[in-house]
Formats: sequence, structure tokens, C-alpha cells
Amino acid sequence: MNKVVHLHPMDDFKARSKAVLDNAGQRKNFRGAMDFLQAKRRAQFPDQDEMQGLRELGASIRRYSLAHLPRLLEQLEANLTANGVQVHWAQNGPEANAIALKIAQRVDAKRIIKGKSMVSEEVGFNHFMEAAGIEAFESDMGEYIVQLAGEAPSHIIMPAIHKTKQEIAQLFAEEIPGVAYTEDVDALIQIGRRVLRRKFAEADIGLSGVNFTVAETGTLCLVENEGNGRMCTTVPKVHIAITGIEKVVEKLEHVPPLLSLLTRSATGQAVTTYVNMISGPRRPDEKDGPQEVHLILLDNGRTQAYADDELRATLQCIRCGACMNHCPVYARIGGHAYGTTYPGPIGSIISPHMLGLDTTFPLAFASTLCGACSEVCPVKIPITDILVRLRNEAQARPETEEATLRGSGAARTLAASTAWGMWAQVYSKSGLYKLASWFMSRGRALSPSEQGAWTRSRTPLVPASKRLRDLMKDHKS
Amino acid sequence: MSAREEILNRLRKTHVAEQQAMPDVAGWFGAHRRSEDRVQRCARLRAALEAVHTEIHDVTHDNWSSVLLQVAVGKGLRQILIGAGTPHGAQLQACQTKALQLIPYEQPIDTWQDLLFDGVDASLTLARGAVAETGSLILWPTPSEPRLMSLVPSIHFVLLDEDTIHEDFYAAMTAESWSEGMPTNALLICGPSKTADIQQTLAYGAHGPKELVVLLRHADGRQA
Amino acid sequence: MNSYGLTDRSYPSKPTDVYLFATCLIDQFTPQAGLDTVKLLEREGIRVHYPEQQTCCGQPAHSSGYPDEARSVALAQLNLFIEPWPVVVPSGSCGGMMRTHYPHLFADDPELHAKAMALADRIYELSEFLVHVVNFNHEDIGEACTIALHTSCHARRQMGVHETSAALLDSLDKVQVKEQARIEECCGFGGTFALLYPDISEAIATDKVASIKNTGASCVVSADCGCLLNISGRSAKQDELSGCKQPSLPGEHLASFLWRRTNGGAA
Repeated sequence: MNKVVHLHPMDDFKARSKAVLDNAGQRKNFRGAMDFLQAKRRAQFPDQDEMQGLRELGASIRRYSLAHLPRLLEQLEANLTANGVQVHWAQNGPEANAIALKIAQRVDAKRIIKGKSMVSEEVGFNHFMEAAGIEAFESDMGEYIVQLAGEAPSHIIMPAIHKTKQEIAQLFAEEIPGVAYTEDVDALIQIGRRVLRRKFAEADIGLSGVNFTVAETGTLCLVENEGNGRMCTTVPKVHIAITGIEKVVEKLEHVPPLLSLLTRSATGQAVTTYVNMISGPRRPDEKDGPQEVHLILLDNGRTQAYADDELRATLQCIRCGACMNHCPVYARIGGHAYGTTYPGPIGSIISPHMLGLDTTFPLAFASTLCGACSEVCPVKIPITDILVRLRNEAQARPETEEATLRGSGAARTLAASTAWGMWAQVYSKSGLYKLASWFMSRGRALSPSEQGAWTRSRTPLVPASKRLRDLMKDHKS
Repeated sequence: MSAREEILNRLRKTHVAEQQAMPDVAGWFGAHRRSEDRVQRCARLRAALEAVHTEIHDVTHDNWSSVLLQVAVGKGLRQILIGAGTPHGAQLQACQTKALQLIPYEQPIDTWQDLLFDGVDASLTLARGAVAETGSLILWPTPSEPRLMSLVPSIHFVLLDEDTIHEDFYAAMTAESWSEGMPTNALLICGPSKTADIQQTLAYGAHGPKELVVLLRHADGRQA
Repeated sequence: MNSYGLTDRSYPSKPTDVYLFATCLIDQFTPQAGLDTVKLLEREGIRVHYPEQQTCCGQPAHSSGYPDEARSVALAQLNLFIEPWPVVVPSGSCGGMMRTHYPHLFADDPELHAKAMALADRIYELSEFLVHVVNFNHEDIGEACTIALHTSCHARRQMGVHETSAALLDSLDKVQVKEQARIEECCGFGGTFALLYPDISEAIATDKVASIKNTGASCVVSADCGCLLNISGRSAKQDELSGCKQPSLPGEHLASFLWRRTNGGAA
């Protein structure tokens, strides 16, 4: 969603990060949540060999699906259509929203109830519908909370992860008529349940995301725990599902391994409460279910990633969020700091295709490249390698062969590229290096006590009086 | 050109060399099969379901309806929604007590949605099967037992025959040839609805049922 | 196979000669760690060759978006290790760069790629080499002490050698290694990351220092200089700000620690 105008993407990102770093309460929330989710995931994978084998299988299923993507999308469309589901294609967010609005206007819809859908966040669905005079109401408890607070989700699986129960108690007491302040989580959930049950019953349209689409049977698979997803896809007369074009698999048998990887990696559950597989609208002899089911297939930059042999792996993602749950940077700054719909490592590698590298390049650099994300990724996306590749793209000379993405070269400055050029000169010529390092160690007394960003948090780096190469001479003699 | 053509054309321009071959899903599950017998599968299903606050009662063909009614009365329920024209619905009706009203799902939802949302305590559906590995009940809603039965009432009773418990999801879908034809809606259900969206604190009864009660029906002469 | 595509490697028997690639950080900032590496290896009867023309593995440019610059620096190292001897690197990070990224850097040039592959195959992180090739086994003659070990993320995840530093410390009778909370988490260094995002880096480093100090460890040992400079540098800054005169969490390279503990402090 293009909600922020980035005049200085780097400064924006730093300012947002700093705000969270300075907020002890939020940092505690994130840390607690990360520890919780990491422990839950770990407990689900006691057998390393099983995990590695399943990851390999999951990765191969996703790679296979991408290798055959255009064919699978056509097969999916044909089978869904045969099942009575209407399939729509959208190249970008505005097209997707326009498709949904057209459906809403045709059925004279006033209220849309929403299941959890990050793609709907990606296209700015709620704001668009509100502008068109249609209520778009979130029903996932976490999404409901952030919508009530006028915020966006800060995590793709746990949208309200940045909030404490005290904050939520306060929010409910202030925003929901007739609700008294309570910190009792069960009571808070029952309040949400009561409010939202009405919304399900009154809604004209249910909107949902999709976890997997199955080409051979024309099936939409949704996983969830709360039951709101089933409500949204079952109660209203019209169900609109929206998903990225990459979510398709060919065979129904491809679902069990991916499902297992998804739920275990995401929330540390062997399975979610509900796995909801939808293969069509209500049939004439059926007594409930939506009378219309639509699927909107969204590109929004995914085809740019697809075209590149290295970046295509980005599309293997099954949106489990494990990469952010294990990211030392995400754990410190949370999801909002990223300024994108998808935060964390996966957000840093997918957002450039949606929004352009010119506005998102700071995210590619916002990683220590520690590799925790790649290690836990259930479908083996080489996230750190892709981050490095995006850094190369961000620093590439614009309009050259190296600059292949929208916004390539946006991070390049004359000062930095000159400095790195000089660095390479020194370190690729041992004579120059020896001379430079000799001066550094001889001049160690002159080492500045202020070394920019380094000494803001650490004591200065002081070269040793003798370099290793000097010590080695003494050692040999 | 339509958005469809634009997108497909962009994708078709890229030739992907890697992973052209179909992944060997059958090989993986074959190698990781536990080969458990009926009793072991029952035990694993039970453990997985109980871990997510599911109540399980061992029943037989003869006593399941009386057990259900006893549990229902114990919970102070007033109504149970049952499928229209199902054998198990009829069996339950046959031993009906005054304390409980059995409501058959006879009309399309559009005519009585408010009553379903506000005036029905519980429901009973038959499971098509189950998945031992994850403790998931398999439901294929039918015209006589529609989708909302397992979603809207606060308490959901599920009748499950022990012979229909599969080892894992893959085993279930291959044994039953799901890929040859899917129903409009197929469900795996594991426990009552829940959420941990408030500070990772687990709370049951989010939007769907608050309680899930499984009547595990053993074949005649067998006990748990 | 780890996430960098490395499979479990088989190890050679103890060689007569090895190369040392000592890294630019050790050359300039902690040369004693390099010298102690040499001593550890020589004690095992191994001749250590230190090609003087070596500079840096090229990782700073590689992780900053300057592949051409990284390539030119890497190229300068590629030709230094002519004999088929193992190349021992007292850094999992620099070793990881040479072992996993060099082949990719030179993917477009068959001749250089072959060279990079051959070199990658001979790169051993120090602790890995001491455990699997040398079978390090020496008496601990130091005082009883309590320490913490920080294994760099690249040693852990890129080279897959997170167990060997711990094994070496375990072999020392009087050294008690305390395990800090979130031991697998990054220290926040990340090379140029620390300079580009100082606030985030500081937050991560501060937490790392706290988790190590919480164990009661008197010092932190690591086989990677970058992490050490970050962790002990962060702690020293905190000491400075709080007026503490003695470093509350000094850091020591694994090579120096091992040599000190098993050599009685003799030269």
C-alpha cells in the first residue's frame, strides 16, 4: 500500500526505528513475543532430520509450482470456473480494488466483513472501500484491534503483537460502547466475539485471503484458529478471496507438506483449529455458504521478481512469519518501523517489487546478514543472499546491465561509491594495503576517539602497535 | 490486452529451468509413515485433541445418543441443531428427552440466520474421518449437514467412527481420492476456536464454537 | 546441508603444512590472536605459511552492495594459496565469505570459478580445524574461571561450525562455560550494518552484553574478532559512561584464550 510518501526513505526508516528503540514498553512486547514464538516453533521440530527433509520437500513443491506458474494459473482458473468460482486478474492494487468495488456495487453491498488478508493490506483495500462509502470491517481479533486503534498490522501472523493487554483493555473501554475496562484476556476476547458476531450476520460480502490455491481441483485453502475466516467465507452471500499469483500449487497432495510447514513455523502448532478448503459457492441443494465466490489474482510486482533467476525464490514464501520471529532487527524495531505491509526479512525482499527499490532500499540494508531468517525459512528461501543481491541492485549504476529492478541504483551516491572504489584499490594491492596499515599502526596514537557511528555505542577501535605481519617477522626470526 | 493476458505474458517470457520435475510427496510420506494400528491412532488423535481443550467420550453404536444427551443436559443445553434426514439425527431423536429441543437444519440459512446465531446452543455433526497426527476431524459439510453447523453454535458435538481415523492428512486425502472431486467445502477441525492475538495469551471461544465434544464411536464389542 | 548449501564435509588427516589467512581485522586490531593461532598450529607440528600479500576477504564490499569491489579484493587473495594445503582462518565470518561466496563471485569466469571452488574446499575455520583435523587435546593449566562463548552467526549458520568452539572450551578442565540466554542470536555487528544503523546495532549489542553478563561470566570468548570488538567495545563504552575503571566484560579471541590456558603463559 502506497500510504507513505518517502522523500528520504533512509531517514524515514531510521526515524521510525528510533521511535521504537526508545520505547521500552514496545521493545519488551516484541521481545516477549519473539521468545514465545521461537520456543513454540522449536518445540514443533524436535527431529532435525525430519525438519530438514520436510523443508526440502516444501521448497521443491514451491519451486516446482513457480517453474510451471503460468500453466498452473490457467489450470486453476479453468477448474475454479468449472466449480462456479469467478476468477479475476489484477495487475496492481488499484485494479484489484476496482474489481472488488464493481462486485460490491453490483450486489449493492454496504458492509464487508474481512478475514485476515495481508494482500488486502497490500492493496489498501479498507481505505479504498471506505472512500467508496462501503464499510470494511476486520474480524481477526488482532486485525480488529489494530483497526480499532487506527493502525496497521505490525506482524503478518500476529497483527497486534506490539500491543499489551493493558493497551487493548484501554482501547476497548474507549472505543466500544458499553464496555468497561478489563485486562482479563478471556473477557476481552468475548467482547470482540460479541461485537463481531453481529458483523458477520450483517455483512453483505466476506473478504478473505488465501494460503494456498490448488490448480487440479480448483480449491482455495485457508488456515486459521479463530473461526472468523470461516465466518467470512460462509455467512455473507458473496465471498471475495484475494491472493498473489504465486500462491498456487498443482496437486492437492502438495498441500499437506506445506500446511505442516506453515503452521509449525508460524505459531508452533501442529495444525490450526481450522483448515478451510473451498471449492465452490453454495450449490442448489445446499442450505448455506455464499452464493457467489470470487478469486482476485494479484500481480503487483510479483512478475518482476519472477523474471529474475535469483529473486524468483522470493515468491516461494508461504507467509509464515518465522523469518521475522527470528530476526534480531525485527525483534528490536517491530513491524511498523519498516513502513511496508510486509515487515521483517520477507518484507525487505518482497517489498521492492511492490513499491520499487527507490523507496524500499533501506530495508535491504537493515539486516546483519546473520542468516537466522534463511535458517528457519520452511521453504528455504535464501533470504540473506537475496538481501545482498538487492543491496547490489540498490548500489548499481542506474541504466546499466546490473540495474534490473524498478528503482535500481537509488542508494548509490558519488561519495560512497568513490570511497568503496578507493577501499578496493587499497585492499586489492598488497603494497598499498601494507603502506596504509603501516601508517595506521604507526599513527595509532592519533586514532580518533570519535569514530562516527561506531563510538556512539562502543569504545574506539585502535590499531595495534604491530600488525600481525610485523609480529610474524619477529616470530620467524 | 487484458490484465490476465498481461500477467500471463510476463510470466511466460521467463523460462524456468530449475525444478521441472514433480516433487515426490508420496515418497516422503511413505518413508515417514508410522504404520500405527487402530488403537495407536485413536490414542494419538485423542492426545492431540485433548491438548487443545477437546472433550472426548468413548461411545458405542448403542449408547452414543444417550451419552450425548447426558453430556448435553449436564452442560445445561437447551437446543441441539441436527442434520435433517440423517440416520444419526434420527437415532438421537428416538431417545429425545424433554429437557432438550432437537432442531433439524431444514431450511436454507437465509430464512433463519438470526435464530441460528442467537437461539441455538449446540450442534451435532458426523465426521467423515480424522487425522491422528494432528488431531484434526475431517468434515465434509453436506446438504443435510451444512457448513454453519460446525461453526455458529457455541458447542459442537462431533460423532467420529474410530475406523475412519487416518494416520496423517496425506493418507486421508489419498485413501479417499479427494483430488478426484472436492466438495464445495472441506474442513479440518482441531479443537474449539481460539486466539492468542492478545499478548500471546491463549483464549478459547474466539468466533466459532467455544467447546468441541467428540464422541469417539467404537465398533461393537470394542472399547477404548 | 545448511542454508548456504554446504553439506557435511569430510576432514583430512593432520597435514604437515597449512596456510594462514589471518583477516584484516586481526592484522590491524588484534594481531595477537593471529600469532596465537600460529602457535597453536605449530605446537601440533604443523608448518604455518602466512602469505604476506594477503589483505582482506572482501566481505565488507560484498555485503554493502559493491560486488565489483569485493571481486577485485577477493581476486587478490585467490592466487595466494598455491600449494594444496588447508587454509586456516581464525574467523568464521571471513572463512564463510571465502567458502560460500567466492564461488558465486566468480561464477561468470570458468577459470576463476574453478580456482574459487578449489580454494573454498580448503577453507577451514580455526576451531573447526583444531577439533576435526588436529584433534586438539592439551592440559588446562590456567586458574579456574567462568566465561561465556559467543559464536558468530557466520560460523554458526554459514560454515556450520557452531559446535567446535564449544568443544574446545569443554576440553579445558578448569574453564566453566556459562550459556547465555538467546545464545544463537546475533550480536548486532553485521559489518557495515553497525555503521549504517547504529541505533539498531546498539540495541542488539546492548542486549547481547546484558545476556552474557547475566551468566556471571568474567569474559567473553569468540572465534570472531568482529563480534568481539562489538561486544566488548559496547561493554567498555557502558563501563566508561558508568565510571567503571575495570572492563566489566573483556573479550578474548578463542586462539589467544586457548594458547594462554594451555601454555602456562610462556611465549
